[in-house]
Amino acid sequence: MDAIQLIYLVPLLPLIGCLINGLARNVLSKTIIGIIGSAVVFISFCISVLIFMQVSKEGFVTQNIHYFDFIHVGKLLIPFEFQVDQLTSLFLLIITGVGFLIHVYSISYMKEESQSGFGRYFSYLNLFVFSMLILVLGGNYVIMYIGWEGVGLCSYLLIGFWFKDQANNDAGKKAFIMNRIGDVGFLLAVFWMISAFGTASYAPLYNSENGIISSITALNSPAIVGITLLLFVGAIGKSAQIPLYTWLPDAMAGPTPVSALIHAATMVTAGIYMIARSNILYSLAPVTLAGVASIGLITAIVAAIIALKQNDIKKVLAYSTVSQLGYMFLGLGVGAYSAAVFHVMTHAFFKALLFLAAGSVIHAMGGEQDMTKMGGLGKKMKITYVTFFIATLAIAGIPPFSGFFSKDEILSAAFAQSPLLYILGVGGALLTAFYMFRALAMTFKGNFRGTAEQEHHVHESPAAMTIPLIILAILSIVGGFVGIPEVFVKNANKFNDFLSPVFAHSATFMSENHVSHQTDLILIIVSSVLIIVVSIWGYNKYKNYTPSPAVSDNAFVKAVKNKFYIDEAYDILFVKPYRALGAFLNNIFDQKGIDGIVNGVGRSVNYGSRQLRLLQSGQVGSYLLLMVIGLLILFIIQLFTK
Amino acid sequence: MEIKWYIFLSLTLFCIGIIGALTRRNSIIVFMCIELMLNSVNLMLVAFSKMHMAGANILSYSMASSAQIFVFFIMIVAAAEVSVGLAIIVLLYRNTRSIDINFLNRLKN
Repeated sequence: MDAIQLIYLVPLLPLIGCLINGLARNVLSKTIIGIIGSAVVFISFCISVLIFMQVSKEGFVTQNIHYFDFIHVGKLLIPFEFQVDQLTSLFLLIITGVGFLIHVYSISYMKEESQSGFGRYFSYLNLFVFSMLILVLGGNYVIMYIGWEGVGLCSYLLIGFWFKDQANNDAGKKAFIMNRIGDVGFLLAVFWMISAFGTASYAPLYNSENGIISSITALNSPAIVGITLLLFVGAIGKSAQIPLYTWLPDAMAGPTPVSALIHAATMVTAGIYMIARSNILYSLAPVTLAGVASIGLITAIVAAIIALKQNDIKKVLAYSTVSQLGYMFLGLGVGAYSAAVFHVMTHAFFKALLFLAAGSVIHAMGGEQDMTKMGGLGKKMKITYVTFFIATLAIAGIPPFSGFFSKDEILSAAFAQSPLLYILGVGGALLTAFYMFRALAMTFKGNFRGTAEQEHHVHESPAAMTIPLIILAILSIVGGFVGIPEVFVKNANKFNDFLSPVFAHSATFMSENHVSHQTDLILIIVSSVLIIVVSIWGYNKYKNYTPSPAVSDNAFVKAVKNKFYIDEAYDILFVKPYRALGAFLNNIFDQKGIDGIVNGVGRSVNYGSRQLRLLQSGQVGSYLLLMVIGLLILFIIQLFTK
Repeated sequence: MEIKWYIFLSLTLFCIGIIGALTRRNSIIVFMCIELMLNSVNLMLVAFSKMHMAGANILSYSMASSAQIFVFFIMIVAAAEVSVGLAIIVLLYRNTRSIDINFLNRLKN
């Protein structure tokens, strides 16, 4: 059977699940809601596996499945179509696979929730999976945009899931508005693309034989640079890069599985997917690529520095997500598209695992997220501890865990571009290793620093939560082996080979200054040794963490603790002037101007009629006089108009 | 005789009528002034009709005579107006023991 014919089921099932869980949330029991929510994603996952197997066969060509004409105006035709190629099928696996594990985890994590809240949660979660699948399946940028907006909406709904607390609502709004800023860029890029090339579908644009864009050879043409820059603005918003990253740490207000699914594993990687999808376009605009690489690198380092001094366990992970996304953009920017997608995959495994393990910790601590009040949990929560430890090793980039392979591939591509990028990248990786081991040590080692009641309450989470942790931990360990660098084993980078058809055309634009195997090996060894040393240092430093009495921090540490005052700066630069403008428009322009005109018309008619009323004196003589004057005026007018 | 003399006469009568109607307070005088204005117009119509007909062919007779028919209309309407107007003046006198038209402002409100 041709699995690709079933592809419509992949997004349709989560949509059905969303409708069932949403409409019948007060009727069905929590168990049934949980089963429906997880099962639809699981079936989607099974179909995705079938599709993946078909796609990975020899001689597979990209397939375009046309369903109906979505927009048909004049010469413009935007069909509702899906495109299936290697990149799509990989993202399908990540979304449905990790998504399914997180659904299962959620059943246990959210069981304290009220009946209707539980249904609402699974409904939103399914809707998110649906939107994300539309995003990656869409065969043109308009369909991608539908999914793009859909995931933004679900992100908003789930961040503000506990809407009774105003802070959560504010965080949701912040995420939504910041995403909108990026979305405007995306939308403008789509318009520009349609006006420049007449279509937004991938097939006619990127087709390897006669694609509109793939037949262009001129680099840096203004239209292409403009389109790529605008698309990148969209990616900055969605993937939380500088300067639009501040929403992501605030998005941790949502339930922890949501943070794992949306704000770590899938949605925030939409920007990377979009750029990887448009790789031919980007390869034609090296100017934009340089911008992508520098924004990515700056974000990776700044976010890592901020993460050093965060005490909220979820905030640490949030900044680490921002930082890792920065690495992915660095990879895209240096033209290592498949390395970036590789990092998306491994990151989905270990970051989802980190969040879920953190969720397990928070669950055990009765909602406590402050790491200064934890400590010593390793003894009581063995599975959580071990899985968190594995994820930490993976994210730090210690061989042979998955993060090592993907990060190394990005860094070695960066070295081929410029050693400076490499050195800064390794610097960021060292910071990552430090703050992750700090979080690990503060949470699981040393003495318990919370209340006695919490200490009594601490327990290992139930199986529904630990099994996803274990599966993700296994994936975090072995996930990297699909992309072993050439240095170690010849032709073992299965991942690159798998994705190479997608990036084949772009590869012709890339400079051929590959790093020699010897240099590569030295780089790998040096960076790995440095990372291991820093990891041990960070671990030892915080192993026996005791909250020290307030030491006066120097200015830099203080700035880091306060996240470089970015939120405050945005507040002063954008929010306050915007509010002032709003107040001006409300108080002066609207109330005095518009209302003034409207009320003024009424008032002047009132006043005028009061004055005119005096003419009705009752004096017959004056009426006659007015009549005569009126006639005279008419005569005069007649005289002059003839 | 030229048409302009008729026009001057008729205009003079009309202006006398207007000035009389505007300045006098005695309602009977005002009434007479209105009649004067109507008749000045009648005079004008008849004069135009006569002058238009002079030296014209047979066809224009009917057209010219329509002006004279208007004169009759105006006379009839004026007669009707006189009957109503005099009745109003009689009632005014009964109510106010005066025929000063400014007493009519009591109809206000």
